[in-house]
Amino acid sequence: MSEPLLEVRGLVKHFRDSSGLLGRRKGLPVRAVDGVDLTVAPGETLGLVGESGSGKSTLCRAVLQLKRPDAGSVRFEGRELVGLSQRQLRSLRPRMQMVFQDPDASLNPRKRVGDIVGYPLALHGIASGAELRREVGELLERVGLSAEHHRRYPHEFSGGQRQRIGIARALATRPKLILADEPVSKLDVSIRAQIVNLMRDLQREMGLAYLFVAHDIGVVRHVSDRIAVMHDGKVVEEGPADLVCEQPREAYTRELLAAVPVPDPREARARRARLSA
Amino acid sequence: MSEGPLLEVRDLSVSFTTEEGVVQAVDGVDLDVAPGEVLAVVGESGSGKSVTALTMMGLSRGSNAAISGSARIGGTDVVTAREPELRRIRGERIAMVFQDPMSSLDPVHRIGDQIAEQIRAHREVTREEARRRSIELLEAVGIDEAAKRVDAYPHQFSGGMRQRAMIAMALSLEPSLLIADEPTTALDVTVQAQILELLRELNRARGLTIVLITHDMGVVAEIADRVAVMYAGRIVERGSLDEVFYDPQHPYTWGLLGSLTRIDRPRPERLPQIPGAPPSLLDPPQGCHFRPRCPHEFERCPRVPGLEPRLPDQPGHLDRCWLDPTEKRERRPLGEVGS
Repeated sequence: MSEPLLEVRGLVKHFRDSSGLLGRRKGLPVRAVDGVDLTVAPGETLGLVGESGSGKSTLCRAVLQLKRPDAGSVRFEGRELVGLSQRQLRSLRPRMQMVFQDPDASLNPRKRVGDIVGYPLALHGIASGAELRREVGELLERVGLSAEHHRRYPHEFSGGQRQRIGIARALATRPKLILADEPVSKLDVSIRAQIVNLMRDLQREMGLAYLFVAHDIGVVRHVSDRIAVMHDGKVVEEGPADLVCEQPREAYTRELLAAVPVPDPREARARRARLSA
Repeated sequence: MSEGPLLEVRDLSVSFTTEEGVVQAVDGVDLDVAPGEVLAVVGESGSGKSVTALTMMGLSRGSNAAISGSARIGGTDVVTAREPELRRIRGERIAMVFQDPMSSLDPVHRIGDQIAEQIRAHREVTREEARRRSIELLEAVGIDEAAKRVDAYPHQFSGGMRQRAMIAMALSLEPSLLIADEPTTALDVTVQAQILELLRELNRARGLTIVLITHDMGVVAEIADRVAVMYAGRIVERGSLDEVFYDPQHPYTWGLLGSLTRIDRPRPERLPQIPGAPPSLLDPPQGCHFRPRCPHEFERCPRVPGLEPRLPDQPGHLDRCWLDPTEKRERRPLGEVGS
């Protein structure tokens, strides 16, 4: 196996529950991420599934050092990220980007699409002027939009197109790794497949690796080479995507899979009959 | 099945006047819901499924709304009924639960008080009687230690328990029809399974008729007896659960079923996708609304196809597509559900 692109070891992130609202005693730390190990190889997709409160979103933020971990190590391209200064991290940011769940919340409605997609290029001093405009046009076409769209504003696009804009922005700096946090869960079913296919095409063309975080196991299994199942801040099971779905080892994974509705009435009936027997 | 339908919707249309023009949200919807059945209305955002549901409760009215057609429950047409009559129907005959329980639960009042208050507003019962009834309802929807939890506030409940409490409140006046609009969409998958089981149980044990509004074909397969597929304001296909899943007649339904991910089947290399996006309801395409995205478009499609039975052996299976059934079976992509 090749050198991992991302290697997370013993990652811990906890929050102090000063309000007591999380149902624990006041002042006791909540271990949102509780000793997580995972690796992502170049060009690979690692799917991270878990229910709400499992810690998957906090894990993402701790990997990107948007939230500083309390313990553990995050190595990206062999380099330790934990403990780096903001300035040192900034020089690495172009190589690891993020795609968010809600394109509406992550795209500035007052900016033109060209400025949104071109911003990372300008920020990191990668391109400017005519070259930047040409790059932006290429990026828009690469995600299935048109170069002419750069003059428009986000509200002029459909939800699926806005997610394409978010992906184009993430691709602008030619990253090696994209952390995608529920990238299709707000999209309608008929649009979801388009975005999933687009992400796979881009992966092949550009040699991208994804850390694909989602609660929808069906989607995760479709896009992932490997799946890690998170529960209560820990990765409880990890393995090849088909194996985890077809022969889950852990009770929690089995419970999760058994709860996924099967879009096949005969199979759904047979499963209910098995469960009640 | 000598009984007539519990709910009978005929040529229901709802449009809203907006700054940008008239939005035709619901466009000639026909539905029958038989007593004791679970009907799933499935569609994407903008399909008109939620506006249809709200209209059954008389909740889509407004100065900018134009509603035509009829929706009869018992002897009452909720489209034309006056507000006092609607108030009697809501809760008593039709009740509704929503995706977000906090839209129905008041955060500053105890759960039990909210249920009891609703009962006392409609029935002449004592405070004690209403409280006893609230506890029974909470028990009936599977809340443990209901006698204790009846005094909890909504924030002390988990998402799944809130959804159960909202269902308890909806059932408090013993309605015959429950409309559930995306009741499990905001829930984790394990909690979703529990709520679906609860709805199945209420349907089985109490004969509660359910109209379930959802975007999720998995949820549909788990609970529905019959299915209506909506697209851009219209029902494009309607039939029994198995007819719609195993012999789908409308190309939009093919697309929906084809693009599903399955955890119990080998995964395809590419997920079949429907190109494009749903049309603007300000200016929908002429004729079939799915036409611009349909790979099977031909010269008849610019005329609106009626929602009709087209299969002699499936009289209750209706669709809105001009292709003849033999052509459909030839063109329909196989390898998905039902193969």
